[in-house]
Amino acid sequence: MPVKLSLSALKQTRWYEYGIRFLLGGLATVLTGVLGARFGVSVGGLFLALPAIFCASATLVESHERRTKEKAGLSGTRRGQEAAALDAAGAAWGSIGLLAFAAVFHFTVVASVPGAFAAALIAWAFVSVLAWWLRRKLRIVSRKPHRSAHSLSAKGSPLTKR
Amino acid sequence: MTEYVLRFIAGGIIVSAFAILGDMLKPKSFAGLLGAAPSVALATLGIAVVQHGPQYAAAESWTMIYGAVALGCYSVVVCHLLIRYRVSALPATVLAVIVWLAVALGLLAGFGGAA
Repeated sequence: MPVKLSLSALKQTRWYEYGIRFLLGGLATVLTGVLGARFGVSVGGLFLALPAIFCASATLVESHERRTKEKAGLSGTRRGQEAAALDAAGAAWGSIGLLAFAAVFHFTVVASVPGAFAAALIAWAFVSVLAWWLRRKLRIVSRKPHRSAHSLSAKGSPLTKR
Repeated sequence: MTEYVLRFIAGGIIVSAFAILGDMLKPKSFAGLLGAAPSVALATLGIAVVQHGPQYAAAESWTMIYGAVALGCYSVVVCHLLIRYRVSALPATVLAVIVWLAVALGLLAGFGGAA
């Protein structure tokens, strides 16, 4: 599986970008608590899957890609949008894992709280990775000869998988 | 007040941890999986169990399933706004929250909360 962990990628992120994520994450968690207290447990539960920091993450991905392209003297607008779209596609597959997390937690938390957290996290990771892997194995994108043909992972191959 | 401070710190730390992990992962579509990480859920459900007990947390996680379905729809809409309509990431992700709200609240209205 061509998945890599790169510490050097962290150098692209500026200190205030970490601050924004911390702030948004904290605020989303507070908001969930406030809504749960105000409108009841059912409404509060919905917001456990709120894409609270997704706007920050996608915007950062877009700006990082744009900066990289602009350093090479090219316009990085389209590349940035494509990178953010790939991030969103990953989140779409990850949402299946999030659904698995919620379902496993729901059915196991009464029996054992630590066990429920562990089982739900394992279910999230397993289902997310499986969904992503299956999509990668089954989907072949045929590239048409238009102007985005040299974008992102395309390395001269007429068929590519992302 | 202490509860909300605790929520803020716990949520901020967990969300940041998943975000940093997402930054380090490649390819981008795989890193995107972390965009749907249960970061807010971990902090909130942990506090819910301590404050209200497992039954309350179970009820909360049931409607989280609707939220996860809504997140899937949200992500697909963001993807289309970026690729087909060439909208920038910030307006695309903010606009698509309307879709998330509509799907999540629609499912809650249609199927109801946990018994």
